[in-house]
Amino acid sequence: MSAKASNDNLTQNLLQRAAPSRAEFEDLVIVPIFAVIVALAVGALVMLATAVDLPTIGRSYIALLQGSVGSLNALSETLTAAAPLVLAGLGLALGFRAGLFNIGAEGQIVIGGLAAVIVGFSFAGLPWFVHLPLALIAGALAGALYASIAGWLRAATGAHEVISTIMLNLISYRILDYVLRQPFIQREGRADPISRSVLDSAELPQLLAWIDPNLRVHAGILVVIAAVVVVHWILFRTKIGFEFRASGKNLDAARYAGMRASFTIVAAMASAGALAGLAGANQVLGVLDRASPGFSAGIGFDAISVALLGRSHPVGVLFAGLLFGALKTGGRQMQVDAGVSVDLIGIIQALIIVFIAAPLLVRAIFPWGFRKPQTEPNE
Amino acid sequence: MSHTMQYLKGVAIAATFLIGSAVTASAFTACQVTDTGGIDDNSFNQTAWKGIQDAQEQLGIESRFLESQAETDFMPNINSLLGGQCDLIITVGFLLGDATQEAAQANPDQYFSIVDFVYDPPIENVAGQVFATDEAAFLAGYLAAGMTKTGIIGTFGGINIPPVTIFMDGFVRGADYYNAQKDASVTVLGWDVEGREGLFTNNFESLDDGRAFAQNLYDEGADIVLPVAGPVGLGSAALADELGIDALKIIGVDADLHLTDPEKGHVYLTSILKRMDSTVFQVIEATMNDMFEGGVIVGTLENSGVDLAPFHDMEELVPDDLKAEIKTIRQGIIDGSISVSG
Repeated sequence: MSAKASNDNLTQNLLQRAAPSRAEFEDLVIVPIFAVIVALAVGALVMLATAVDLPTIGRSYIALLQGSVGSLNALSETLTAAAPLVLAGLGLALGFRAGLFNIGAEGQIVIGGLAAVIVGFSFAGLPWFVHLPLALIAGALAGALYASIAGWLRAATGAHEVISTIMLNLISYRILDYVLRQPFIQREGRADPISRSVLDSAELPQLLAWIDPNLRVHAGILVVIAAVVVVHWILFRTKIGFEFRASGKNLDAARYAGMRASFTIVAAMASAGALAGLAGANQVLGVLDRASPGFSAGIGFDAISVALLGRSHPVGVLFAGLLFGALKTGGRQMQVDAGVSVDLIGIIQALIIVFIAAPLLVRAIFPWGFRKPQTEPNE
Repeated sequence: MSHTMQYLKGVAIAATFLIGSAVTASAFTACQVTDTGGIDDNSFNQTAWKGIQDAQEQLGIESRFLESQAETDFMPNINSLLGGQCDLIITVGFLLGDATQEAAQANPDQYFSIVDFVYDPPIENVAGQVFATDEAAFLAGYLAAGMTKTGIIGTFGGINIPPVTIFMDGFVRGADYYNAQKDASVTVLGWDVEGREGLFTNNFESLDDGRAFAQNLYDEGADIVLPVAGPVGLGSAALADELGIDALKIIGVDADLHLTDPEKGHVYLTSILKRMDSTVFQVIEATMNDMFEGGVIVGTLENSGVDLAPFHDMEELVPDDLKAEIKTIRQGIIDGSISVSG
């Protein structure tokens, strides 16, 4: 019976892969939506429990909405906050697809941003169409190299990437502290670790400054869109992308099929690092114009949530990043208008992830939102 | 997809709960943007916030604050307070210098005040509040040198920036002054005044670091430690609480930590007060009366902008001679006969 059953299962799986079925749609779209709803509802309960009254809760959720999409400035801020999350999230998603649980985006952002800022303040006199791409590429390359260390350790020695990437994060902070104190990098007249300012020719230009100079959304958002397209293409349209996905599903099978497992691991880590490095470059070239010890701001860790929420699909990551950007920006307005702590936004984000990670729980809460599961032979 | 749903839901919830919350127009609103330590850090940001709260009580103004969780929040936090809702935006911390400058120049009609930053040349719509903290820290250094039993005292900072290191400068020089006066040889660990290098946690958040750094200094023999890192010092206080005050005493910074950290209040020998509450209040009052002036306000021992807090529980432990000497030095600093700058 097992042969027959597994055969059926295989056929079903193959069919599912060929044409996304209703079940997949439910997993990709409906579960996240309900997860957000439940998280907001539980968030309201948390506020109630901390003695926030109902009108304030209502006002805070209105502020969340207004602050994230309610005005041009809000939209601009949401996009600005989402850009690095999406970039780093794409990198992590790529790694997840290849079966690599990369916790190292934070460190790759740091190293990528550092490289981008150094190129960004050096080379005075270059035209922007040379300087800006050069700085972006430097960021991507540095991130890729840094991530490859973990990939190589995994491929050559079997060191688990979760451990090695976490450690590399810590190392990156110290590298940043050290490098920012070097005289040719540290800003003149400052004793604290802060880099020189990025030259205008390497800055990602603000896109809407002609309307209002306070609108911070910058050309990095175009890089993000390009990255989504490219990652989608790599994952689903190229041989290497197929190898990533095959290795992620079953490393042994991929190896028997003649795929180069070690190469795949290093390549997947390097691509992930390149994207995280771009996220770092995006921050220093588009937002901060300089590097300082805290510039990575935990984006690499938020990006893990973004990749998980986006189900490691490029388009999913894009929307998840936008959602997180919106929550961050809206959370600010919540604090201004309703005086509710920004920490609450962290709780809501965490709840969303919890509910995404527990689709069965979401299905149990909203039974009417899903089609009844068909009787399956194995479960 | 999912984000639109989120807002639909947000609106739904909001609409259900909203029981008419008309925004009341107020005469004057002061807004604060904190640095990463947070509004309830028991020291730096909290002291500035107290100035706003005092103004709220005495002048009847409205107030708002925004906490920055990371450096990337500085700019958007300031931005979201623009647009006429705040009559005065107070940014708290040296690290907000760049962001405040950018916002002030882009919005010349908005009044700003920044704690711990001076612009050169000054910006017309920014009032900087800086403090001659080394004057008070000098007294603390002298006090610590007079109180230590091991002959070793220690300090560490948050980030190597002027508003932090000025505490450490004064502390070291105060101890040096004690050595010179008494022909003693008290050592200060953690800060090299000439080399501008020392112990830094590189953050203003981690209580764990505060504990670890104090432990390191204690292991090196220090029995009095001055943490200059906002809430990080609360971790050091926790260690002193465990070891007992005979083994380790802490000197607080910014606020009188004996009062703001009552649980561990007994471990503080004293605190180096940086009265941001009074300067913030001054700026608010001036702005309300249309007397806002860009430039710099300097808090000194003389104008009570900086000071040494009372000894509280340790009143008995500090010898009367030492108290008298500190009083004399204090006077000497004010009248200029003692220089705190080495």
